[in-house]
Amino acid sequence: MTAELSFSNEIANMMYATHGNPITNCLQCGTCSGTCPAAEFMDHTPRLIIGMIRENLKDEVLASNTYWSCASCYHCTVRCPAGIDIADMMYALKRYSMWKSRYQEGLIGPAFSESFVKMIVNSGRSFEPILAATYLPKFSASQLMQEALTATGLVLKGKMPLLPKKIKRLKNFQRMVKRIIPLGESS
Amino acid sequence: MKQYAYYPGCSLESLAKGYDVSSKEVARALGLDLKEIEDWNCCGATAYFPVDELLAYTLVARNLAIAEKTGLTDFVAPCSACFKNAYFTNAYLKQDPDLADHINFALEEDNLHFDGKLKVRHLIEVFIEDVGLEQIKNKTTHPLTGLRVAPNYGCQLIRPRKGKENVETPQFFEDLLSAIGAEPIEYATKTRCCGSSLIITNRRAALDMVRILLQDAIDSGAHVIATTCPMCHVNLEVYQSQVNQEFGTNLSIPVIYFTQLMGIALGLKTKSLGIDRAVLAKTPVLA
Repeated sequence: MTAELSFSNEIANMMYATHGNPITNCLQCGTCSGTCPAAEFMDHTPRLIIGMIRENLKDEVLASNTYWSCASCYHCTVRCPAGIDIADMMYALKRYSMWKSRYQEGLIGPAFSESFVKMIVNSGRSFEPILAATYLPKFSASQLMQEALTATGLVLKGKMPLLPKKIKRLKNFQRMVKRIIPLGESS
Repeated sequence: MKQYAYYPGCSLESLAKGYDVSSKEVARALGLDLKEIEDWNCCGATAYFPVDELLAYTLVARNLAIAEKTGLTDFVAPCSACFKNAYFTNAYLKQDPDLADHINFALEEDNLHFDGKLKVRHLIEVFIEDVGLEQIKNKTTHPLTGLRVAPNYGCQLIRPRKGKENVETPQFFEDLLSAIGAEPIEYATKTRCCGSSLIITNRRAALDMVRILLQDAIDSGAHVIATTCPMCHVNLEVYQSQVNQEFGTNLSIPVIYFTQLMGIALGLKTKSLGIDRAVLAKTPVLA
């Protein structure tokens, strides 16, 4: 008989499965929050979000923009005195929220990640204009204008290719992906 | 001429074409041969891991396995994000035979196998360690005397930690800049994040992160910011006007790949270094 896991243990378990110490080692010292370059744009700082996970505040944690505001710069990770890979924890939270399909409305991050994966699976390469189609609809009019001007400048400078590249052995590549993520068919 | 398995990554085919051409030109001038591996795929950047970690490792492992097939021993990436993904995937798969087995099962579909025989390295590391600062200095025909350069380390080149190296105040980029006659400036934010893909997913946060880096480099007296990563480069260069619009600032500073600076110092033609492709060229730095 296994006991039902608390949210805190679920996330702690995800940390065991990745790298570094589990979040139960957190001292609540706040070095991560003081280091994080995105902290002021987060609903809750990294220190606070760890405290909230440990208090099993699942709804509040999942509703927070904190983990989707992490740029994965690992500055917190290398400074954490308790040896917790906090950036990896943010990835774990992203995965958790995508599995459960529960995240703050209006965030671009989840759609961006999903379309990124779809794009790679379809072509083997990443390609900015296809990606843009997924996130541009979420932009405001002025952001759109800015982005259009930037993109036009990039195309004119020869920096932005107009056609997506594909890898040659795409069929093999896609069968390889299917061995990792079974997509239903013959896999 | 030592050969390297060269993995350019997606950015170097589009936004960072200048980084690609200057990397190859400088390597050649220094007696290294960067051999691009065949049919490589995207490394997943930072967007894969949120969806599926195993898939993320598999995608990177395919590139490593393709490189292993060439028989070369060193996998070299000029993009810091590609480098970080390749470095840690290589390390984790070597540490975890079960993970390697699982991924090798998938790689069979492309007749590939990961053996863990490679050393994964960033291009700047190859120049500094394999060519050596002394040799770079000797080959410098046009020292960048008087040019004050802000070395932007960014994140993925130095983090996460790989061993006991200095991740707080690294000096190797400064040493390289000194070797080509430039004057590296000290500034507090040299290892701070540029915002990376937040430029798409959380624009205001990223623009603010870019603003802080630009402001610090300018306040510290830099003439130019040198980068080792296409993501940092694009954020710092292309988004300057958006930063100014968003925050009412008037920041302007050229941003250049470290390989382009090296190329100039080695006397290579600026056209062959892709410098004409720079998006912003408001301030003539090198006449």
